[in-house]
Amino acid sequence: MFDEYTMSELTSILAMQGFAGLILFSVLVLMALGLAIIFGQMGVINMAHGEFMILGAYVTYLTAKLFETYLPSLFDGYFFVAMGLAFLASFALGVLVEWCMIRFLFKRPLDTLLATWGLSLILQQLYRTIFGAREVGVTLPDWMMGSYPLSETIEVPINGIFVMVLTLFISLCVYLLMFRSRWGKQVRAVVLNRPMAGAVGINTEKIDRYTFGIGCGVAGVAGSAFTMIGSTGPTSGQLYIVDTFLVVVFGGAQSLLGTIASAFTISQSQSTLEFFLSGSMAKVITLLLVVGILMLRPQGLFALKIRH
Amino acid sequence: MQERAKALFMPRQDLIGFAVLALILIVILPLILDVFRLNLVGKYLTYSFVALGLVLCWGYGGILSLGQGLFFGLGGYCMAMFLKLEASDPVSTKIQSTPGIPDFMDWNQITAIPWWWQPFNSLTLSLIAVVLVPTLFAFIISVAMFKRRVGGVYFAIITQALAAILTILIIGQQGYTGGVNGITDLRTLLGWDIRSDNAKLVLYFVNCILLFGCLLIAQFIRKNKLGRILVAMRDREERVRFSGYDVANFKIFVFCLAAAISSVGGAMFTLQVGFMSPSFVGIVPSIEMVIFCAVGGRLSILGAVYGSLLVNWAKTSFSESFPELWLFAMGALFIGVVMAFPNGLASLFLRYIEPYLPAWYHGKAKPVQPAEVVEKAPLTSTDTQPETATSKSTEKQSDETVPVNSLEGGVYVD
Repeated sequence: MFDEYTMSELTSILAMQGFAGLILFSVLVLMALGLAIIFGQMGVINMAHGEFMILGAYVTYLTAKLFETYLPSLFDGYFFVAMGLAFLASFALGVLVEWCMIRFLFKRPLDTLLATWGLSLILQQLYRTIFGAREVGVTLPDWMMGSYPLSETIEVPINGIFVMVLTLFISLCVYLLMFRSRWGKQVRAVVLNRPMAGAVGINTEKIDRYTFGIGCGVAGVAGSAFTMIGSTGPTSGQLYIVDTFLVVVFGGAQSLLGTIASAFTISQSQSTLEFFLSGSMAKVITLLLVVGILMLRPQGLFALKIRH
Repeated sequence: MQERAKALFMPRQDLIGFAVLALILIVILPLILDVFRLNLVGKYLTYSFVALGLVLCWGYGGILSLGQGLFFGLGGYCMAMFLKLEASDPVSTKIQSTPGIPDFMDWNQITAIPWWWQPFNSLTLSLIAVVLVPTLFAFIISVAMFKRRVGGVYFAIITQALAAILTILIIGQQGYTGGVNGITDLRTLLGWDIRSDNAKLVLYFVNCILLFGCLLIAQFIRKNKLGRILVAMRDREERVRFSGYDVANFKIFVFCLAAAISSVGGAMFTLQVGFMSPSFVGIVPSIEMVIFCAVGGRLSILGAVYGSLLVNWAKTSFSESFPELWLFAMGALFIGVVMAFPNGLASLFLRYIEPYLPAWYHGKAKPVQPAEVVEKAPLTSTDTQPETATSKSTEKQSDETVPVNSLEGGVYVD
């Protein structure tokens, strides 16, 4: 199958597909980071995670509209405002959901799964009622358009680069938050031993609420970034939810590095395969490989060695 | 001795429950509904096969599978492939460029029937395949997972991924599977027109008989030692393992059984509805099937039937009059059932209706030997018992269904 391409063409193809894979990787990482916090740290299955992401995307869409109409002079920088608003909106909704629902279900993870699925249905219909069933897209500011020629045959789109830088930045923030801050230490203490953490004076309920909220907030930022590379519809989140869960499980639920590594593996193999096979077969093979590896190594790529 | 065994298999309350269900399904509904509505009920009942499988697998075994649509779909597709081959004989497909092959193959420039379609020329082989293919799939999945002690949430996610994979595969391989439209335009079964009113009526009764067959199997398991081991395994897996049982084998068995039951439902779905498509395979239908089971009560085998009838009836009537509201109602149903009634309709029945039923329902006070009471009481307490006191303990039990540390317990980390 490689015969019809020359060597340099093949390199360019691989580079371009690799870059497309990197964009997919960014989306997966951004979504998976929030999930890694919620699922990996708290052990809560949030099936509505995709809908939190879409909330961020719609907030970005609204902000873009707002800037377009009222502040066209500042349009170039709207994205940063939108990102902050997306985080806040998803965070607020996350805290609310935790308070109404999740906190009653901590001991029943399988039931959280069903309840959050119900939530995702409600949110989807809500989006459909408010924004309509059609997909919406944002207008990109000028500096994000176009592409950057790397060599004669290889070009990389600028919005892709931006999303990747953003991913790096957010991953770093999450890392610092979880592993280098006092708050992160408290979260991990609550996860490892809830009664003991409470006994040393950590307010476990508050920690739970904000952990869930921040996980959802990161999802909102992911949605914000998602608008840069694709359009948003009420059910866009659901397309990614299974992939994201696989990413988190494949990486080893409690390891942040594992999450990133597995997102990289999955996205790269999918986009590379996509060129040579049809898109659906590429996805089938990737998912089957992941499931196969998970059967051989159920604890994921990077499992923490902890005693239970 | 034999009488005692009989009493154990089918206590009076269960017998009445079965009889009432049979009365509703076989006598009342066919009398009051026209054929179109009855056909709809038949379609709902095919989902209750899946819900029944989930009661065994999830309610009793504690294994939540979010991929039951996989087995429902495989069963349905096996049946649909046979019907499609019969419907595409050279005479009725003579306008195609290659007569004698299914229409979607012709549209996709395929000129010969692929080898794995060949067995579906024979009804016997197809009927075997309907049960065997999904069960084999379930066997492979469950052996790979349970032997390595993957369970709980991880199992749920992986089954979900598998359902997604099969959907993508079916949609992607349009030439071999009919793609997103599925296998449509099914006409006859061995020359017998399945679209006529008469056939719909007959198929409805066949469906009911098969459903009762599966319900009896489930009842047998529930009242047997096997059912008690399943419950014990769900509540305290390690203890069962250290008592010398191979937990994985029981899990594999119950998962395969649930798959087999679901596949029968799938095949009956194809026969009654007249087509099969990937929209009954993927993640969304699979999770909906879990909610049918949860609404009826995850510990009640008869509840599974009522649950799927009720939810689907609500779905049809809601989407007919307020299509916008249906997803809200469905979402609220998910949240409400999980938060307020973890044991579904069955727990409501046990708490509010059963105590007020007349004495003949509960039967005469049984002159049970004290020794037997001591022997049996702790074991059967998780089963649906008539007294109100135990309905509380049933709920308590389900709270403990998933131990606090089961997330860690789900995957064995060495």
